[in-house]
Amino acid sequence: MTKKYTGGKIFTALTYVFLYAPIIVLIVFSFNSTKSRTIWSGFTLNWYKELFSDRLIMSSLQTTLLVSVVASLVAAVIGTFAAIGFYNMKKNWRGPLLTVNNIPVINADIITGVSLSLLFVSAGALMGFELGFGTLLIAHISFDIPYVILSVMPKLYQLDRNLFEASQDLGCTWFQTVYKVIIPEIMPGIINGLLIAFTMSVDDFVISYFTAGSSVQTLSMTIYAMTRRRISPKINAISTLLFAVVLILLVIVNVRESRQHKAELKKEKMLKGAN
Amino acid sequence: MKKSIIVIISAVLLLGLFSGCGGSTASKGVVNVYNWGEYIDTDLLTQFEDETGISVNYKTFESNEQMYSVLKQGGVSYDVVIPSDYMISRMIDEDMLQPLDFANIPNYSLIDGGLKNAAYDPDNVYSVPYMWSTVGLIYDPTVVGEVDSWGALFDSKNSGNILMFDNSRDAMGIALKYLGYSLNTTDKSELEKAYELLKQQKGILQGYVMDQIFDKLESGEAAIGPYYAGDFLTMHENNPNLKFCIPTEGSNVFVDAMCILKNAQNKENAEAFINFMTATKNSAANSEFIGYTSPNKEVKDLLDLDELTESVMYPDQALLSKCESFINLPQETLDYYDELWIKLKS
Repeated sequence: MTKKYTGGKIFTALTYVFLYAPIIVLIVFSFNSTKSRTIWSGFTLNWYKELFSDRLIMSSLQTTLLVSVVASLVAAVIGTFAAIGFYNMKKNWRGPLLTVNNIPVINADIITGVSLSLLFVSAGALMGFELGFGTLLIAHISFDIPYVILSVMPKLYQLDRNLFEASQDLGCTWFQTVYKVIIPEIMPGIINGLLIAFTMSVDDFVISYFTAGSSVQTLSMTIYAMTRRRISPKINAISTLLFAVVLILLVIVNVRESRQHKAELKKEKMLKGAN
Repeated sequence: MKKSIIVIISAVLLLGLFSGCGGSTASKGVVNVYNWGEYIDTDLLTQFEDETGISVNYKTFESNEQMYSVLKQGGVSYDVVIPSDYMISRMIDEDMLQPLDFANIPNYSLIDGGLKNAAYDPDNVYSVPYMWSTVGLIYDPTVVGEVDSWGALFDSKNSGNILMFDNSRDAMGIALKYLGYSLNTTDKSELEKAYELLKQQKGILQGYVMDQIFDKLESGEAAIGPYYAGDFLTMHENNPNLKFCIPTEGSNVFVDAMCILKNAQNKENAEAFINFMTATKNSAANSEFIGYTSPNKEVKDLLDLDELTESVMYPDQALLSKCESFINLPQETLDYYDELWIKLKS
């Protein structure tokens, strides 16, 4: 029994090593005093200093964050309403439509990217617009939506059908039912979908590459363009910063959650005590 | 949970705002520039904006072919592009560039005469050189000994220590040069022989690489490989054992030059940009940052170069005269390149 236990421990440790070793290497080399990615030659904060004065990296970071935040928020709203719509559909309609919804998730990025780009370019020629932030945003929203729907649907299936009827019996309008009953119940699903969509957006290279045009460039595109000359350690620095921000946010979220959880437990205890 | 999400979103948005403080919209319009990644001292962009009031929308690409496909795909509007020689001749052939008004680019007179009337733009109509450099062998003499020929790349005594370009034109070019043919040959039997040579080499090769060559040569994981002269200098900083040579068979000399696209909407701003980048002081700063050679003939004296840097940046004329630049090949030959390359890599 104990033998099995240590085996499990080693396995867990290895999993974490493989997951985090690359990130640790990246963080360490963001402080390296030369451009080398293999030889340690001394500590410096220069890359961080240069990072903030590099307008190209800074503006692509801004584009990436802006497009990811806006696209994931819009996708969360559209996706949630779409999911509610799917949920209330007749079964023989819902199946095929949900399958269609899954296609963009399974489809290769390159096909989504090329087809969106063809659409935008030809529509742009007709209506007189160019590829730019707008088309980039639309592309991101469109590939984000399926992820939101996929994470909201299970929450809807868990929902008690009687809740609607109860709320309407108590005088809610249809909109109030959605707003006051359904949305709060499926909130964890929406937030999951939002976070997945955000990650997908930050991550995306292929679709952005085909739809961004000449006025904007995302961080992943900027990094890719460096490959002839060698990827600058400034990229290590910015990745380290992004990683640190995400880590801090996760810690904040977790602390808040556990506090809320404790508060709820306390409340329950008090209620029980009162009974 | 809800509140924490709001915290996250506002933090991310704030970060976005914070990072955007560099952008300024000036009144005298914009110039849209499309250049290689990591191929400019970005301080120059800010200086250009301060001097002229024209704001620069600066974007980057990874290869000539990638840049070409983005432009062909449409829906984009760049003014200045900075492709390499053979791509420029292709773009001229396809009527993608417009003639420059040299009255607006007085600094053109500072360009080294040797770089004018080049094969890709024989009448100096469409382009102003941005930077040039050569392809050479970078090697560690403690492992492979002294080297002055491409032959070292095909020598089985260096087996396992050899790196090779991971793109068809550069790799085939080296094989062709070693065999004594032109880089720009369209003769199928010559290309076939170059392919056979590369196929034999594959057995003793450590790998086909592009920018991974930096780390592999610096760390000593590999000991010899061809790359761009300008990039040797940064490798040498990390591994002083490394040496550079242009093989006696001759090599590839390449020029990246600034051109204005046919559909450019800000032609005058584009010419102002080209003129600015060509000025001695600016071109010197840029050359120092990139490590490639400035086409401006006054730069060499302005930069205080050590002996090694000077020998790499300004190679011996006799060697240089044996080097060729790429020109655009006919489609049939390009297709044959693709065919051979796929056969080689698979």
